[in-house]
Amino acid sequence: MRFLVNGEAIDLDFDTRTSLLDLLRERLHLFGAKKGCNQGACGACTVLVDGQRINSCLALAVQYQDRNITTVEGLGAPDALHPLQAAFIEHDGFQCGYCTPGQICSAVGMAEEFKRGVPSYVSEDLAAARFALTPDELRERMSGNLCRCGAHNGIVDAIQEAFGPGDKREAAE
Amino acid sequence: MNPFFYERASDRPAALALGARAGAKYLGGGTNLVDLMRETIERPQVLVDVTALSCSIDDTEDGGLRIGAGVRNTALAADRRVRERYPMLARAILAGASAQIRNMATVGGNLLQRTRCVYFYDEAARCNKRKPGSGCDAIEGFNRYHAIFGASPACVATHPSDMAVALAALDAVVLVEGEAGARAVPIVNFHRLPGDTPEVETVLQPGDLITAVTLPPKGFAGRSSYRKVRDRASYAFALVSVAAAVDLQEGVVREARIALGGVAHKPWRATAAETALKGGPATEIAFRAAAEAEFVSARGLRHNAFKIDLGRRVITDMLVKLAARKESA
Repeated sequence: MRFLVNGEAIDLDFDTRTSLLDLLRERLHLFGAKKGCNQGACGACTVLVDGQRINSCLALAVQYQDRNITTVEGLGAPDALHPLQAAFIEHDGFQCGYCTPGQICSAVGMAEEFKRGVPSYVSEDLAAARFALTPDELRERMSGNLCRCGAHNGIVDAIQEAFGPGDKREAAE
Repeated sequence: MNPFFYERASDRPAALALGARAGAKYLGGGTNLVDLMRETIERPQVLVDVTALSCSIDDTEDGGLRIGAGVRNTALAADRRVRERYPMLARAILAGASAQIRNMATVGGNLLQRTRCVYFYDEAARCNKRKPGSGCDAIEGFNRYHAIFGASPACVATHPSDMAVALAALDAVVLVEGEAGARAVPIVNFHRLPGDTPEVETVLQPGDLITAVTLPPKGFAGRSSYRKVRDRASYAFALVSVAAAVDLQEGVVREARIALGGVAHKPWRATAAETALKGGPATEIAFRAAAEAEFVSARGLRHNAFKIDLGRRVITDMLVKLAARKESA
């Protein structure tokens, strides 16, 4: 079976029961995505598939052949951080770091949803073309990622710095 | 997880042929099924991936919408026609699960998700739904999340979907294909009450495939909403949720639609409240009386009787706010 992970094509065979998370961690040794609850409740396993965030623990790997999978390793590297990774450091968006790769992947996916004008449960006017990245919107949209250390305030600040008004990444482009 | 064969259906006939095999189950986003397989509550021998089929949302000739069963929850909630013409449905979908799960979950799978009753998941507990005839530990147990309408001595579990509650209020229809051909099932008749067979949750026959859900033209865009009350502000199942819509003319209720989530084995259409409202004044007193009329048939358990008062209040408050809304367009 063929997979595209972080831009690289990979061929391998595996048991149909393998989750995408286990494939990434156990077979490809990409340890960024974490196994927290293994039932879709914590978001630590979040990765991007064709740019959309999903819980890789609930995904059967066989369903994701030939799809473009991005893990945190594909977003940035220690010597070339993604702007959101830099913002997480700047704003103390983590303590133990276990949920962080999931938070980062999830926030990158969320930013794309924002650009596409996807509404949220707290959006007042669902028919609006665009929504403001307020702390309320951000917290609702990031509710699929838990942080047991309680670094939420730093996480909100970091995401707002990276993707909020005056988007640093866009300014750099 | 038990071993299974994985087959990807390229078209509908292929899916139906594969789905007719012994031990076959259709696979959408897998967000509930994979979890249940891991717990060995579900043990399919063949998984038929139908995510490549029926993935579009199309206008129907009568002015409604036809939503393919493979449409992802996010895509449905983000669709401009749904947001403008059926905002109650968009908000209900956005009230459910997390963004990651909504990106994976399909419309068909959302309808077929199973209860989150903790005793259903707990191998050590008695559960008539997981093991018919074994008993129910929820009735005398921790039943805060359980049913107050239509429950039976065999089962007090609730259906977890938010989307289906709005679909019930909108009079949506589920299109099904199977050995006997195609048929259309009104959503309010699609899920079953538990009775003596809580393990049978829908009217689907083995091998039946949900192909689409259709919405009638009337979407109550001006005065409708979905409100979900839960134990935390986001990403939790409903204690009580309400999809409500009213059509007013000069202070009189021409038509009302109310459906409740988190209170029954299926999305609960509040027909007693609707009947009480129809033709009556759009006043808080009338709204409260209608909400009370609905809950006459409610039966609380030790930990969930609070839902009766909560449900009445949420319905009344929503109707008051909807009636006060200035209708645009």
